[in-house]
Amino acid sequence: MTVESTAARKPRRSAGSKAGTTGTGRTTRAGAGKSAEPELVQLLTPEGKRVKNAKNAEFAQYVAGVTPEDLRGLYRDMVLTRRFDAEATSLQRQGELGLWASLLGQEAAQIGSGRALRDDDYVFPTYREHGVAWCRGVDPTNLLGMFRGVNNGGWDPNSNNFHLYTIVIGSQTLHATGYAMGVAKDGADSAVIAYFGDGASSQGDVAESFTFSAVYNAPVVFFCQNNQWAISEPTEKQTRVPLYQRAQGYGFPGVRVDGNDVLACLAVTRWALERARNGEGPTLVEAYTYRMGAHTTSDDPTKYRADEERESWEAKDPILRLRRHLEASNHTDEGFFAELEAESEALGRRVREAVRAMPDPDHFAIFENVYADGHALVDEERAQFAAYQESFATESDSGFAAGTGGN
Amino acid sequence: MADNATTKNLALAKAINESLRRALETDPKVLVMGEDVGKLGGVFRVTDGLQKDFGESRVIDTPLAESGIVGTAIGMALRGYRPVVEIQFDGFVFPAYDQIVTQLAKMHARSLGKVKMPVVVRIPYGGGIGAVEHHSESPEALFAHVSGLKIVSPSNASDAYWMMQQAIQSDDPVIFFEPKRRYWDKGEVNTEAIPGPLHKAQVVREGTDLTLVAYGPMVKLCQEVAAAAAEEGKNLEVLDLRSVSPLDFDSIQTSVEKTRRLVVVHEAPVFFGSGAEIAARITERCFYHLEAPVLRVGGYHAPYPPARLEEEYLPGLDRVLDAVDRALAY
Repeated sequence: MTVESTAARKPRRSAGSKAGTTGTGRTTRAGAGKSAEPELVQLLTPEGKRVKNAKNAEFAQYVAGVTPEDLRGLYRDMVLTRRFDAEATSLQRQGELGLWASLLGQEAAQIGSGRALRDDDYVFPTYREHGVAWCRGVDPTNLLGMFRGVNNGGWDPNSNNFHLYTIVIGSQTLHATGYAMGVAKDGADSAVIAYFGDGASSQGDVAESFTFSAVYNAPVVFFCQNNQWAISEPTEKQTRVPLYQRAQGYGFPGVRVDGNDVLACLAVTRWALERARNGEGPTLVEAYTYRMGAHTTSDDPTKYRADEERESWEAKDPILRLRRHLEASNHTDEGFFAELEAESEALGRRVREAVRAMPDPDHFAIFENVYADGHALVDEERAQFAAYQESFATESDSGFAAGTGGN
Repeated sequence: MADNATTKNLALAKAINESLRRALETDPKVLVMGEDVGKLGGVFRVTDGLQKDFGESRVIDTPLAESGIVGTAIGMALRGYRPVVEIQFDGFVFPAYDQIVTQLAKMHARSLGKVKMPVVVRIPYGGGIGAVEHHSESPEALFAHVSGLKIVSPSNASDAYWMMQQAIQSDDPVIFFEPKRRYWDKGEVNTEAIPGPLHKAQVVREGTDLTLVAYGPMVKLCQEVAAAAAEEGKNLEVLDLRSVSPLDFDSIQTSVEKTRRLVVVHEAPVFFGSGAEIAARITERCFYHLEAPVLRVGGYHAPYPPARLEEEYLPGLDRVLDAVDRALAY
């Protein structure tokens, strides 16, 4: 399909015109072990200072036009996303949600990549992409239905080009690839982005999505948030080489970006999306970051990792880093932070109230949407269920259940 | 009566080929995907000539990765395409089983109906062709147990043609089991006929003494059984289910209320097979009509055997006749 489909797309750079800047040659420290720094694309240090060097230059141009207002917007996105996430965690502790998968620490990776997207791009998330959902304009309360147990997803993916959360690890990378193949066939110049984690990189589906996307030159960006832990399994249990280097074996570029640097994530994702739009095929972005909380609220990281590790990453906090940069650059004043604080509290309140007001689904929802065209067995069982429900009404009418009062 | 211009005598495999051709011509969103489906035309040549006529962007040779084939087809469907994917053999579907069960089957429900999944998964299935391991299995019950999927299996060329048209037009995912031992059986196909509902069973031989229920490759066997039994003065009715999910219990009930005896025949292992479901439900529905317990004839609870033993494993004329005799003896 490649020949016909790419021919229909908009003109692109001739092959190799930017070859020197693509990532396959960027493996500066193959097998560099645990030290990620030499391989990272970083534009903002943990102290909030801009990094300018030869390695970053090609990416820095993708954020050259970022204004102070844009930076404040990125900061706001990260703060509100963290606030939403904290509220959801609290709601789980209060018994309002059955489970929550916190993104604490991954705000820069998600906001940076999410803000790189165009409206017509399509996102295939896993189940922790609350920040990306925020960037897509998905109402945060929509994300909570499945965690509260009132649905298994529920939103319309086509409203915001944001697919449903996928819980089976890595499955969505293939959906993203197929969708991207369709985009190419349509001759559109939109791009697709698939999110997954370091644990998912071990899944066969992720390997197959790399194969398919490379073979069909699909316009898809694989955005791996390496948050160092797959529940209790460290990255060392998933791979013996840095994850971004996997791409090389499939024939497309891979790049490791500082996942706690929102500006670098924005730049690198824009670069990868541009490659996709230009018909240059897939890219693997490894956002090197850290999950500061538990895998989910059911997890207990104190059983498998040391406090010192988290503390070392807290020093690299993505929000603090941008704040330091904003303050040092005189891009903000106290009023900005105070207003944002008030906005955060309002968001938390709104989420809390929305969750508590979320009605349980109608009993008959069990039988809804099992099939698009209907199914005789579902119809039969729905009728049986209705008769069973009706039997309670009959008992109540006859006074049988009168003693139970309003129960 | 259809005229010759619209009626063709086609082998079952060729009928599917013509049906796919028609779908590709009719709807630009229809795609054919799979291993070797392009230049080779598939290992059974079911897709023969389609890539030549519709191009590599419509008839797509894929990498050797079943999960990838189904997973990318899901993505294509999300983009508005209607992929028809080929799994080369029954025993090779399992790498794709996760994508079929956890994703393809549930996407519509998960999205509260916002997303449709018009994907057809074609699987040549069943034994009787002397193949090696993993090339002769009948895993339909494993799929029928999963809500969100529809499972069909044609037994003849006309059904193969029309059921494929209907499967492609369905907004639900359809697992299309093709009886590979019948690929070369010819039959009349009227390409202008108005087909019956996809999930409706069909009485292919009327009778009064006992009902034989089958689908796919076993329908022809059951017709042979009925012919042999007729020589002994037994008048058997044969029902071709055509669809395993949904399953047309009404038609089985109607037949059983007439004949009062039921034997279900399939190639898959009897244990937890589709025959078990049929026996249970028909017992519920027809308890006072039945003169004998519902009997099942099928494979054993053993790995599909090497080719030199498959005649022992698969239901044959004598095994089915034996079950008929047992049912009639009550």
